[in-house]
Amino acid sequence: MNSKSKESARHQLTSSKRKPLALSDIGIYAVLILGAITMVAPFLWMITTSLKNPGDVFSYKKIWWHDWVPVSFVWRNYVEAWNVVPFARFYLNSIFVVALTTFGQVATSAMAAYAFARLQFPGRNQIFFSYLATMMIPGAVTMIPVFILLRQLGWIDTYKAMILPGIFTAYGTFMLRQFFLTLPKDLEDAAMIDGCSYFGIFWKILLPLSKPALATLTIFTFMGSWMNFMWPLIVMNSEEKYPLPVGLAYFQSLHHTDWTLLMAGSVMMILPILVLFIFGQRYFVEGIKLTGIKG
Amino acid sequence: MSGIKNKTKEAITAYLFLAPNLIGFMIFTSIPVIASLALSFMKWDLFSPPQLVGFENFNALFRDSYFWQYCWNTVYLMMAIPFSIAGSLILALALNQKLKGMVFFRTVYFLPTICSGVAIYMLWRLVYNPDFGVFNMLIAKFGDLIGVPLKGPFWLTDEAWAKPALIIMSVWQTVGGYNMILYLAALQGVPRDFYEAAEIDGANSWQKFWAITWPQISPTTFFIATMSVIGGFQAGFDPAYIMTGGGPNGSTTTLIYYIFNNAFKWHQMGYAAAISWVLFLVIFAVTLAKWKLFSKTVHY
Repeated sequence: MNSKSKESARHQLTSSKRKPLALSDIGIYAVLILGAITMVAPFLWMITTSLKNPGDVFSYKKIWWHDWVPVSFVWRNYVEAWNVVPFARFYLNSIFVVALTTFGQVATSAMAAYAFARLQFPGRNQIFFSYLATMMIPGAVTMIPVFILLRQLGWIDTYKAMILPGIFTAYGTFMLRQFFLTLPKDLEDAAMIDGCSYFGIFWKILLPLSKPALATLTIFTFMGSWMNFMWPLIVMNSEEKYPLPVGLAYFQSLHHTDWTLLMAGSVMMILPILVLFIFGQRYFVEGIKLTGIKG
Repeated sequence: MSGIKNKTKEAITAYLFLAPNLIGFMIFTSIPVIASLALSFMKWDLFSPPQLVGFENFNALFRDSYFWQYCWNTVYLMMAIPFSIAGSLILALALNQKLKGMVFFRTVYFLPTICSGVAIYMLWRLVYNPDFGVFNMLIAKFGDLIGVPLKGPFWLTDEAWAKPALIIMSVWQTVGGYNMILYLAALQGVPRDFYEAAEIDGANSWQKFWAITWPQISPTTFFIATMSVIGGFQAGFDPAYIMTGGGPNGSTTTLIYYIFNNAFKWHQMGYAAAISWVLFLVIFAVTLAKWKLFSKTVHY
């Protein structure tokens, strides 16, 4: 608190000394704006293309800025993209898979992390070490046996095959355990004396205190699962069970050069994650810092 | 007596809390790791029974010229890493000036990270279109300007340009993402007194950066660099699958793509497992080097 107020006082001091806009500030803004244009331009291109008449995408007579600012609004592209492949189905599949994966991962990780962080039991260190040890093993190593296992079980091309392997990660457990360890124990000890059960402590004390870490894990799992392309590509065969990324790739394989439709599909895939980011931005930034410190 | 009872109760509770995750972890991680190692000493096409072949997969691997080509591709594509790190640092330094609108810029820079995935790779296929893509249009415009007809390369279908194309895209995608945020956090952690002391000594911005900022944020640089290398060895499947199909002529096939093809296209499960273990050993070596080097090169 004290250092923070000192910091802001100092900041005020320097900013009151500073002229409204120094030359160096203009240079900094130039860098920042150039960066922003580079980041946004491809997205503008995507949106603009998705709203064009198919014939206007590749035309030698076009005016250059018509690639960046929509001048035509062919909403029909979206309707067509939605219908030419079962897009609604892809959406629902993605939402279903992502929701269960995320819930499953956060719930099981939090429970396991509680055991590792707060409870004493034989084998605790050994089991925790085995979690840690697998964290640097690339996914490519386990991918093949897991595929074979699912195949033996007859689960290939089922939702189970997409969801279950994504739930139990060492990373989620590790991250939440580290966070739980930073929380003070006093409250839990007091609750224990008052006769609160272990589950009560976990549910009523630890989880409410861990909202930032839980939100971070939720967002990262959600994002990873939403983007995940390779695993569903491996285990799914039927079109009607594809999640969005595989569905979109399938769409591309059918309509390789229908750029207006492909871009309409791309916009539709990006939209939900964009909305999530705008609302959950704080957790993204804090979460990244959280993961970076422990490296 | 009740102490022992409590201890037992605590242990049972712990196992109950642990069980859902631990069982899943064993089924989908620990046991598969062991199974994968066993598999790498076998030949198995999924249909006929598996055969134990000893080190044959590994021997074949070292004589497989495709394997070496794809190793080279994987390393080549990591050329994106230094550019991306330098860009992240520059953007973070600019954002750290605490001028107006920084949150807006930070949000905009993060967009490519948020939206990564199949949709973005499809977009970049269009960006690299030889006739109407952004790059070649800019090149042609530039040609008009200087009065020389210029024509850009066939980015994704030209063996010489496909890898640079993926590198440029990867820099765009990562430069404003996680690394920039980590740098920003690191920069905010550098004590202001250091700069004030340097100012009294008459240091200019350039000197302040190299004498204070760079050494102070070196743990972050080190963390980012090693994580990027570890990630880089496992990268390259999604963009190549969508944009180039691993071609032209295998020039964008990375190790992970080769594992995918071997396992799920050609059903050479044992061979694919062997490659994945070589990949693991490389990553393991990088991780060890990271631990060893960390204490030596990083200034606190």
